[in-house]
This record gives sequence, structure tokens and C-alpha cells, in this order.
Amino acid sequence: MKKLIIALMLFATPMLSMGAGGGVHLDDADVDVSDKESLQRGFKYFVNYCLSCHSAKYQRFERTATDLGLTFEDVKQNLMFTADKIGSTMDIAMGAEEANGYFGVTPPDLSVTTRSRGSDWVYTYLRSFYLDDSKPMGINNIVFPDVGMPHVLWELQGWQEARFKKGEDGKMHFEKFELVKAGSMSPEKYDEAVHDLVNFMTYLGDPSQQERKALGVKVILFLLVLFVLAYLLKKEYWKDIH
Amino acid sequence: MSFMNWLDERYPATQVWKEHLAEYYAPKNFNFWYFFGSLAMLVLVNQILTGVWLAMSYKPDAELAFGSVEFIMRDVEWGWLIRYMHSTGASAFFIVIYLHMFRGLMYGSYRGPRELLWIIGVIIYVVMMATAFMGYLLPWGQMSFWGAQVIVNLFSAVPFVGEELGIFIRGDFVISDATLNRFFSLHFLLPFVLAALVFVHIVALHKVGSNNPDGIEIKKNKDENGIPRDGIPFHPYYSVKDTVGVVGFLILFSAVLFFAPEMGGYFIEHPNFEPANPLKTPDHIAPVWYFTPFYAILRAVPSMMGSAFPGVVAMGAAIVMFFLLPWLDKSPVKSMRYKGPIQRIALGIFVVVFCILGVLGVMPSTGPLTLLAQVCTVLYFAYFLLMPWYSKIDSHKPVPERLT
Repeated sequence: MKKLIIALMLFATPMLSMGAGGGVHLDDADVDVSDKESLQRGFKYFVNYCLSCHSAKYQRFERTATDLGLTFEDVKQNLMFTADKIGSTMDIAMGAEEANGYFGVTPPDLSVTTRSRGSDWVYTYLRSFYLDDSKPMGINNIVFPDVGMPHVLWELQGWQEARFKKGEDGKMHFEKFELVKAGSMSPEKYDEAVHDLVNFMTYLGDPSQQERKALGVKVILFLLVLFVLAYLLKKEYWKDIH
Repeated sequence: MSFMNWLDERYPATQVWKEHLAEYYAPKNFNFWYFFGSLAMLVLVNQILTGVWLAMSYKPDAELAFGSVEFIMRDVEWGWLIRYMHSTGASAFFIVIYLHMFRGLMYGSYRGPRELLWIIGVIIYVVMMATAFMGYLLPWGQMSFWGAQVIVNLFSAVPFVGEELGIFIRGDFVISDATLNRFFSLHFLLPFVLAALVFVHIVALHKVGSNNPDGIEIKKNKDENGIPRDGIPFHPYYSVKDTVGVVGFLILFSAVLFFAPEMGGYFIEHPNFEPANPLKTPDHIAPVWYFTPFYAILRAVPSMMGSAFPGVVAMGAAIVMFFLLPWLDKSPVKSMRYKGPIQRIALGIFVVVFCILGVLGVMPSTGPLTLLAQVCTVLYFAYFLLMPWYSKIDSHKPVPERLT
């Protein structure tokens, strides 16, 4: 038993160490990629608000439609603005140089952003834009200071201001947001919309994750049965070894 | 059987089967720790097979590499499974090998007449590290790029020839398309070198015979037919036993592969989902977890005259220590079961220190952590360099004649 514990500890060593955390508290995005309705709503937001400046060029519309339970016709009619073939990748018309001219940076491809930044980061980021006169575009972001991206969801969220408080270290720390101009959605509805969007982006990061987990259950159940059989076989062979 | 006769006259099929499986006598008291040799072979085969299939869709081109991995993940039939088997397999390989090496340390498997067997094993470990390092560049993510940048720069710290050496390795002044191409080529070649080395490792093993938890030579006590009294044929006894180990391992392996393939950012690091960008240095560059003990040793040694070379030497020496081990241990007994308290505590400290260094290697090096890394580095080397002394003065229990 002692040896087993040691073995498990060794196996777990890489898990023990902590990852480096950013300074800002991130809200829990509470993603659930099995919630197809949420994914469908998220897909709609993604196509409408993200997919004109950002690409998701490693993913195909066809795959997304299939995984989300949408018909090709539906996707073609309502969600494909730039591409015409259902098998096309979710790419954009805007070139990198052109985008650089608009924003000062090329908007990154969003295919795997939830995997590099984390779903919680994206969820918090999209809810953390605030008015800031000192910036050229008049807005800033708590999670991503001096970000080049405009607040594309402002129509939904409205505009908020950030309140800061002097901390014990004498520096100004973010305290809370105050909504100064209401959007078309209530704050709760907006959080839900961003949740759907991030949920979709989490699916987008690894579209086979549902299939993977389902297969994993079957594989492990099979292996457990095989383990018992292998163990009994071993016992049978070894019964005369002392 | 006429076919076997025909074959045996032309190829020693039956002879090889008997010598290495059906009539290879292994000690009957192998325990849990003896699973990891066969598991290492299993993982090597997994890496080669999944690697060959990945190479069918992967593009070793700085413009295309990142996208081709996503293509494998999304558009290639079962591509995600093959890719995760490969990425999880890389970490599993190191876990298995570290446990396999720990077994050797614990039961004195490096002692005569198994010095060469041990040395071949350490060479396998070194080639494995080179293979893993080159493989990690291939997804062409931020960590691939900057990790490779940091490691290749270590070679550049060598006095006089360093800069030339760095350019020779990269094929360029920076990590670039040229580097990616040559790393892909070598990453494809080295696993076959590994397979050949494993073959040599097993030939050496079967020449000297397996050690065991008691550290006794079973060949010293043979019956009238010349068969060790404490030996049992590898097949079927250990082939069925190893099957249990294999299935047990596959359960753990599948748990990671299917439910946590990134393993919280340690098996696949989060920044690696951002394409390599030579203009943007990540906030914190850490090598993959299996290199971090040595990386922590590297950073623990202060640079001299602005050169990181002393750290590089320490890192190299940390691996060289394993080669010297057979001649450092002066204890009259092999196995920890009969060694005295000093050697037991020394091994315990070594394992803890190795793990602490591993954890420190993924964290930023700051004041107290650097000090801790320095203390651990000293203890790491003390385990080896003081062994001739403490293994000699340590007490030991009498070793039994037969296996227990």
C-alpha cells in the first residue's frame, strides 16, 4: 500500500505545481459544452459580433453545424456572410494588413483562444470593458489593459465605468463597475449572452471533446473488465509459484 | 511443425523464442516496480505508431505547422485521438522511465555485472530527452518556439564555439523554418534509434539476467539442469503478469487521454495554443514538466562573468552523474532491503529533492525559490558524490541465500 501511495504521488507530481496566475480575479464562465441550445446561441453571437474581424480559420461551418445540431440550410441562410460553401473554414475577408491599419494589431484567430487564455479569462474579459477618456478609443479593459479591440458588444451591454479604490499598498485597485448607459440587455441577460458565446468558443477550441469523453467512458469500462480477466489469468498461472 | 523446422534451419526462430521468452529465467519475486520496463516499451511503440500517423498529416513548415496540428485535431478521421495519444504518451513515457530508474536506484540494478545495462539505459534516457525536446517544437506554438529558443541558447553559452554551435543546431540565427524542418527530420529518426537501443538494452539484460528486489544473483543457485532455483520462465509467468500491468497502466493513461489531455496545462501547455511569434516573448517560459528538474538546476547556478555556462555545465553534470553511479556505490549489498538507514535516507532525500526541483523548474525563479533550488541542487549532487563515503560507512543487514 505504501508503495502504491508513493507511485501515485509520483504520478501526480506534475499536477502539484501551481500555474502562474494573472493579477485580476477571473469570474467562472461555468461552461457546459453539452448544452446545445447555449452553443447555438453562442454560435449566432460569434458569427454576428466576432467573425468579421476575427477568424476561426481552423474550423469548418459544416462541422460546427453538425456538432450543434443545425441544418446546413439554416446555417447557410442565417450564419454564413462571407463564405458560400458549407465546407468552408470560418475565415474572414479582412486581410491582416488591413486589420493592422484599423486596430494597430491583427485580431488573433479565435479557434483555440479558450485553450490558450482559458474560458474564464474570455468570459471576464468580454464583461470588463469600461469608459476611459485617456485612451484613443475612449475605452479600456480591466482584464486586458490598453487593449486594441473596441467594445463590440456595447449595444448589448451598454457602457460602464470602472471604480478604483486606493489599496493598502498605496496603488489604485479595481473595485467595481457601474453601468452608466444601459444597453439592450439587462446585466443578467448580458452575462448569459457572454456565457453562451464563451461556451461556444470552448466548444470551438476542441470540437471533439464531447465525443472524446463519451468514448473515454467506454474505453475505461472495457479496460476495467479486461483488468479483472487479466488478473484472474495471472492468478491461475501463478498458483503453483511460491 | 515442418514449417518451423524449415524456418529454424534458416533463422533461429525457436532458439530466440526459448532464449528470450520461454526459457529466459527471471527471478520469481518481481514486484510492482518491475512493471515499468515493459510499460516503457509499450509507450515507445505507441509513440512510434501514433507519430507515423501524425506525420501523414503534419506539415513541418513555419507557415503551416500550427494549422496542420489543428487540421489533425478537427478534420482528420480520429486525428484528435492519435494526437492526444502521442502528446499524453510523451509525458507517460517520462513518468514510466522515471519510475523505472527509481526501481534501479532502489534495488541496486546498476551494480556489477549490470553496469553496462544501466549505462545503455541512461543513454536511452538522454536520447529520449533529445527526441522529446525536438518533438515539442513541432506544434509550433509559443512555448514550442520559446522553449526551443531557451534550450538552444544554452548551447550558445559554451565558451568560444557557442555562437557557432547555436547556429549549427538551428540552421539559422534564430529558431526558424530551417530549425523546424531539421527537428522534424530528427524527431522522426531518433525513435528508431531508441528502438535499436532498447534492443541492445534487452540483449544486455538477458546476458546478465534480471536483478530483483532482494538484489541476489539467482544464477548462483542452480538445480541439476542448470536452471536457477529461484527463476521462472519469463513466458508465460511474466507475460501474463505484465499484461495485468499493461491494462492497469492503460486505465490511468486513458483517464488522462480522454478526460484531461492537457493535464491542467502540464502535458500540453496553454501558451502553446498561440502560434509561434518571434516578436512576442511569453511572460513566463518554462520547459515541459519532465525537463524542469534539470532546468531548475541550470537556473540555480549563478552565472559567472555574464555567462550562463556554469549552469549549463551543472545541468550536464546532473545527467552525467547517472553514468557514474555503478562505481559510486560501495555498499556490500545491492538492494535497499538490506542497506542501512543512511542509504535509505539518502535515496529518500534524493527523490524529494528531484521532485522539488521539478516543481521549481516550472515556477519563476525569485529570491527564496532560487535559494531553495540551490539547496536542492547541492543535495542532488551530494547524493551521488558522497555515495562512495556514505555507502561504505553505512551498516547493512545479512543478505539471504535465496529469494524471500
